[in-house]
Amino acid sequence: MGLFPVGEAMAHALALKGSLFWLMTFAFALGFSTTVAEPALIAVCGEAADIAAKGGLIESSRQSLQSYALGLRLTVAVSVGLSILVGVLRIVLGWPIHYLIISGYVVVMLMTIIAPAEIIGIAYDAGGVTTSTVTVPLVAALGVGLAASIRGRNPLVDGFGLIAFASLLPMIFVMGYGLIVFGQ
Amino acid sequence: MEFLSDFSKTLFTTCRDVAPVLALIICFQLFVLRQPIPHLRRLVSGGVYVVIGLALFLAGLEKALFPLGKIMASQLSDPVFIYGTSEPVVVADWTAYGWIYLFAAMTGFATTIAEPSLIAVAYKANEVSAGTINQWGLRITVAIGVAFGISLGTFRIVTGTPLFMYILAGYLVVVIQTMFAPRSIIPLAYDSGGVTTSTVTVPIVAALGIGLSSTVPGRNPALDGFGLIAFASLFPIITVMGYAQFMQWFVGRRTAIRKEDDNEI
Repeated sequence: MGLFPVGEAMAHALALKGSLFWLMTFAFALGFSTTVAEPALIAVCGEAADIAAKGGLIESSRQSLQSYALGLRLTVAVSVGLSILVGVLRIVLGWPIHYLIISGYVVVMLMTIIAPAEIIGIAYDAGGVTTSTVTVPLVAALGVGLAASIRGRNPLVDGFGLIAFASLLPMIFVMGYGLIVFGQ
Repeated sequence: MEFLSDFSKTLFTTCRDVAPVLALIICFQLFVLRQPIPHLRRLVSGGVYVVIGLALFLAGLEKALFPLGKIMASQLSDPVFIYGTSEPVVVADWTAYGWIYLFAAMTGFATTIAEPSLIAVAYKANEVSAGTINQWGLRITVAIGVAFGISLGTFRIVTGTPLFMYILAGYLVVVIQTMFAPRSIIPLAYDSGGVTTSTVTVPIVAALGIGLSSTVPGRNPALDGFGLIAFASLFPIITVMGYAQFMQWFVGRRTAIRKEDDNEI
């Protein structure tokens, strides 16, 4: 396993450096860069654009299809970056995970009420497709390595949970995207 | 020859997918941490393994598994197979789709067992918990959750009931379980929801959902075709916490019995 040592070594080195800013930048960049090129996400976004065009929600020209799919991809990538950032912040500050996740669920439910019906299925799915073969080992190693480097953190309790945020925030963001695109 | 060209194409796309991550790690290591990369040789050989392994894996999936999965999904949801006639049916009868539910559950179980991300997380969890979390136990628990989730998801597509009702109910169960489950399992359980759905599961499950919603009478693919993956990421959370609760109860009961035995002596 070549990816685990990399993630853990980097988490350890960043924790030793003690700069919260660089740690946050790294977390965001890791989430964004692993998601934006994710094949499963590209496939689902393309499919979503096709279906939205067939349903008459967006123009069926090639250009508008592409811009819709690209917008969806960027929305998901930014939200995964943000969620890794929040997850890392949680490990550093030692917040209990379930309050954050439960409040995330509440936001998802509130967004479901106001979001257009056509985006909801895609938004719920976007949460699941973001976490890929490359992302998961790196992100899991980042969390566990970070929790092991900070005193008073237990790797089992604090190290996991990054992926949970990465599947929750995209739902909220994609529904927001739907509100903006279809709401016009 | 055809295989070689397919394989080199997959190898190229894999390199493209890995490139941004690699660039990020190298930039941070050199410019922010200002350290030489530790174990450079092992890292390079490991990286090459990752790329070649992933490319081989994806090429194999595309050659064998995906076409098979898609064909089976479309054949099983074909009205001729389900109702025995080719006449258009106006209202979907949910009891006629038994094979679909079974196929969905089996697909969910099998693809989750094969999922590399889940193997990676199970490995890490086993290492961190010093062996108390069994790798196979976790993988099978998650796979059962996915199987149930996808099966329920196809049921939802057939009946056309609104997605958010199911998800809301699932969330409620998760929240209630969180209050009672052992503290140490909660983050892992939340994570196992996300890791289940990646390279293997997503294409097959998405094809199943969209295929099914375009053949079931009265369903609109834009409204009903998506959502299976959401089910697949919700139910493993419930089963993993349930598994931990069961183990806690089981171990607790065994120690209680042992205490009673000691008292009798």
